[in-house]
Amino acid sequence: MIADFDYQFFLEVLTGGLLSGVMYSLVAIGFVLIYKTSGVLNFAQGAMLLFAALTFVSLVERGVPFALALVVTFAIMVAMGVAIERTVLRPLTNKPPITLFMATLGLSYIIEGAAQLIWGTQVHGLDLGIEDVPLEIGGVLISQFDIFAAVVAAAMVLLLSLFFRYTRIGLSFRAVADDQFAALAVGLRLPLIWATVWAAAGLVALVAGLLWGARLGVQFSLSLVVLKALPVLVLGGFDSILGAIVGGLLIGASEKLAEVYIGDYFGGGIESWFAYVVALVFLLIRPSGLFGQKLVERI
Amino acid sequence: MTAISSDFPSAPALPKWIAPVLLLAFAYGVVPLIGSSYLFEAILLPFLALSLAGVGLNILTGYAGQVSLGSAAFMAAGAFAAYNFNLRVEGLPLIGSIVLAGLAAAAIGIVFGLPSLRLRGFYLAVSTLAAQFFVQWALTKFSWFSNDSASGVIDAPRLSIAGFALDGAIGRYLFALTIVAILTFLAHRLVSSQTGRNFIAIRDNETAARIIGIPVLKTKLLAFAISSFIIGVAGVIWAFAYLRTVEPAGFDLDRSFQILFIIIIGGLASMRGAFFGAALIVVFPLALSRLGGFLLGDLFDSGVLDMSQRIVLGALIILFLILEPDGLVALWDRVRRRLLFAWQST
Repeated sequence: MIADFDYQFFLEVLTGGLLSGVMYSLVAIGFVLIYKTSGVLNFAQGAMLLFAALTFVSLVERGVPFALALVVTFAIMVAMGVAIERTVLRPLTNKPPITLFMATLGLSYIIEGAAQLIWGTQVHGLDLGIEDVPLEIGGVLISQFDIFAAVVAAAMVLLLSLFFRYTRIGLSFRAVADDQFAALAVGLRLPLIWATVWAAAGLVALVAGLLWGARLGVQFSLSLVVLKALPVLVLGGFDSILGAIVGGLLIGASEKLAEVYIGDYFGGGIESWFAYVVALVFLLIRPSGLFGQKLVERI
Repeated sequence: MTAISSDFPSAPALPKWIAPVLLLAFAYGVVPLIGSSYLFEAILLPFLALSLAGVGLNILTGYAGQVSLGSAAFMAAGAFAAYNFNLRVEGLPLIGSIVLAGLAAAAIGIVFGLPSLRLRGFYLAVSTLAAQFFVQWALTKFSWFSNDSASGVIDAPRLSIAGFALDGAIGRYLFALTIVAILTFLAHRLVSSQTGRNFIAIRDNETAARIIGIPVLKTKLLAFAISSFIIGVAGVIWAFAYLRTVEPAGFDLDRSFQILFIIIIGGLASMRGAFFGAALIVVFPLALSRLGGFLLGDLFDSGVLDMSQRIVLGALIILFLILEPDGLVALWDRVRRRLLFAWQST
């Protein structure tokens, strides 16, 4: 068994897994942004992703130029973020986090329904102009599209961290994430910050939506990638962008390796739950994830 | 809740058991005589199954404060367990397989409740999704569970108790009603017992509960077990009495959310809440399709109906969370008090 272990094949599976993990991280980052600043686990992230991709594709299909469609979709996502802050989050300020979570569950139903009511339920193809030809790097076949996605993800993470570090509003994000009451006390306008952060999450949803949409086709099941992102979040901690990335890579790699090497013992198709088991086992050892803040219990 | 009631005189001192007993008498004595088969097949049977599932989830989420997104998995476990006990154990009466199915669901509930010993809040909610995906995968993957049926969809056995066939719509309705009534009564007794108070203590403040000597770990697992037992039996009713087929596809994530919505809309930590919520969830799509068909005519096809259903349901959830966090139950109580007040002052 060990003797005829195909090292090349192993590497190929591993890289494939890592790269699909990047796609998971991309979705997970949208969650982290909102969780960090407002303590809400936004289940509607998947629906926002679907909405963004569907809007973009429908605009392009109606003859709107690529760049303009991108700008328009982004504007719509920003408007949506502001509207959500106004109508859902503000009336629910100071409610327990789990209530807010359920509200985003309702929100995801609304957004999914609206997206398909407006643009229809058929499957759209999305061509970003990147050919999905495998490249051979060091004897390992890697999908060109996956590399593109990884580069985009890296660029976005870099952009976000620069934004957080060097801009004034980024600084206030961090202040709010650190301590909401202190931020309020020094005069930061929380509603504005929350609206901005939802808009940023809308941007992440747009980017992730386009990449996933090019991969799977733009259709309802796109909103289910949120279910792939949740174990990543659990593994990495809900409030750490670094955690989302490392978690995504770990989940992506272990999922693919497990499917290839031990999937047969279970009759295959274990991808639907394996990530959750990995996350769970890990959590039993470290209950707040890889990089999550440790909770201090007080009475 | 008690703070609000000071504005109004309290309801006349009828014993608390009067209303449920009258309701049951009506459900047993009058409904079978006047109901059409549409009422039973499309409204009352799903209503009873979902209400019971709501009661089960309410014990876990409403009383013990552990959010679960995997209820449909326990329904599926119950339905398939009942089917297999019925199929494979010779001479086991139907009631026997239902009780065993509940116990099987409870055992699975305990396994997936184990993470609750270390996790809380969102981390726990997400980990209950593992139950959802794993159970559904296992039931589809291993054809043993569905007795090697090619399509994975199997006919439920005929309902009969002590040789008495309950095949018709009314028979299945009475069968479901009886089980729901018994389990709801037991659940009601449970939550007003010391165990129920332990659940509430853990929900309100786990650390404080531990300090006053409540065995937190044991109590949490107990909540998972009891809740899964009830939800499992609800799954049996859903498959055996309502759909009359057993298939994993009906027990998907959307069903889990539906049950969660039932207890949010109906009212957390309330037995009546599950019934109010289930009634709304069952009746509302039917009403919406009638209304849409009436207003929009042919434009309102099934696709539009499906989407507008999602939108309205989502909006309802948010509205309830904002305007009436205690659910339909609180709304109902307030309306009733106002009416009584108006009636007494005339």
